[in-house]
Amino acid sequence: MEMLDLAFMQRALLAAVLVGITAPAVGIYLVQRRQALMGDGIGHVAMTGVGLGFLLNSSPVWMATLVAVVGSVGMELIRAYGKTRGDLALALLFYGGMAGGVLLINLSPTGSNANLSSYLFGSLSTVSEADITAIGILAAFVVLVTVGLRRQLFAVSQDEEFARVTGLPVRALNLLIAVTAAVTVTVAMRVVGLLLVSALMVVPVAAAQQLSKSFRATFVLAVVTGITVTLAGTVTSYYQDVPPGATIVLYAIGVFVLLTLLATPLAKRRARAAEAGAESCDAPVPATRRPSDDVKV
Amino acid sequence: MAAPTPEREPVISVRGATAALGARPVLRGVDLTVRRGEVVALLGANGSGKSTAVRSVIGQVPLTGGTIELFGTDRKRFRDWARVGYVPQRTTAASGVPATIREVVSSGRLSRRRFGWLTKADKAAVERAIDLVGLADRAKDSVSALSGGQHQRVLIARALASEPELLIMDEPMAGVDLASQEILASTLREQVAGGTSVLLVLHELGPLEPLIDRAVVLRDGCVVHDGPPPEALGQHALPGHDHVHPHAAGEPLRTGLLT
Repeated sequence: MEMLDLAFMQRALLAAVLVGITAPAVGIYLVQRRQALMGDGIGHVAMTGVGLGFLLNSSPVWMATLVAVVGSVGMELIRAYGKTRGDLALALLFYGGMAGGVLLINLSPTGSNANLSSYLFGSLSTVSEADITAIGILAAFVVLVTVGLRRQLFAVSQDEEFARVTGLPVRALNLLIAVTAAVTVTVAMRVVGLLLVSALMVVPVAAAQQLSKSFRATFVLAVVTGITVTLAGTVTSYYQDVPPGATIVLYAIGVFVLLTLLATPLAKRRARAAEAGAESCDAPVPATRRPSDDVKV
Repeated sequence: MAAPTPEREPVISVRGATAALGARPVLRGVDLTVRRGEVVALLGANGSGKSTAVRSVIGQVPLTGGTIELFGTDRKRFRDWARVGYVPQRTTAASGVPATIREVVSSGRLSRRRFGWLTKADKAAVERAIDLVGLADRAKDSVSALSGGQHQRVLIARALASEPELLIMDEPMAGVDLASQEILASTLREQVAGGTSVLLVLHELGPLEPLIDRAVVLRDGCVVHDGPPPEALGQHALPGHDHVHPHAAGEPLRTGLLT
């Protein structure tokens, strides 16, 4: 355990835990809305922010946050208002963001492709004191939103139309989810990299679903999975010379496979129990009608 | 108790409503009134505008003309959504992440307690709503494990969780097996006996028929009938009634009022 004495390892582990908590906490709402790949899109857009940060000689983390927030708000507005060709608009945004990042970073005097790749694939060992401060503040915001507003975000992600009729500020909550997702992307950027960030938002949630029946259990299990794989990946990358981001994602997929295998006998048992308890739904949707419709009940 | 008295104040009042989806006019001057304690069925063929009418009442479709009042307040200024229970037209109550029946029904309580913790009273209301639709023993089960009819029962329980005075339901009987239809009918009967007003879109009257005080029939965005519910099959006097006889050879069995 001598790695805990190394300052850069302390920072790396702290960053990893924060990402392990925040990525699935936001990802669960994206998966619930069937927007599992939104994180990937934001990651592409955040590239331009990283490039800008290098070019303007300011912190790439904060610049990426700013650009990712603007981009995700744009995506949400396209989703909400652009009824037609929304997918094309999103594609333009994604690839524009990616290309912008590459261009800007090459224009900047301090930036290079090596620098870029530390943001694309993560670079835990170069996480600085200032990075940790930024990641900590951003992670606190994400946890506050995703846990504090879970009832409201659950309702909006479950059934937007119904949520509107309960009087919830649906537009504001949708924007909040988008902004929180953008913030999470930049939190996770230094650990798993922009290209793999979405995996950490989605895969722990997918893994948790294999066992869970409730939203609450899915949330808790996804966060536990997130923390476990980020810590395991970071430690592995210390002992074996492997890239932490890729290791973390592969661990997450490993957990998914493991839980799926565990869930199969469980699902069978549940199906059997349901069969025993079934009384009335012999006919699925739509049921057959009675022969004459004018029967009074 | 549920008998309609014309003098009672309206809970829904739609006057000359027009609406369009894209360039196509869907509502062309619809008048619709639901008075306190009344059960009104909105009937019509596919594309007649009945869903659009209901969705404009709850503010999901903007009107191009006319007015809508809820409990005497202009809909645009209406904020008291806890008084309205809404059942959208859905075939499923599930989403991309597992959720239990209790979790889904609890979100119906948001109109009473928008932010902050759910109190004991809130939780009791959620349990009551689940019990009303006969799913009390399954409250902890995932909604994805339910049948089509049970999904619909969850959606109705979610609307009942806010203990509304007015229920608005869009095709609550679509794709529901007979057993669930009976349960839904008895749930609704209890609500109506307790003084709840109901506006529901239906394709056919079915087991709900005895509950319905008045039927409004739409065709091509216009009201063509507003009065006592037309009796199902056998009564052909309905204006615009292009009924297909169920026994006609080669025709699929149709049981709707206006098929």
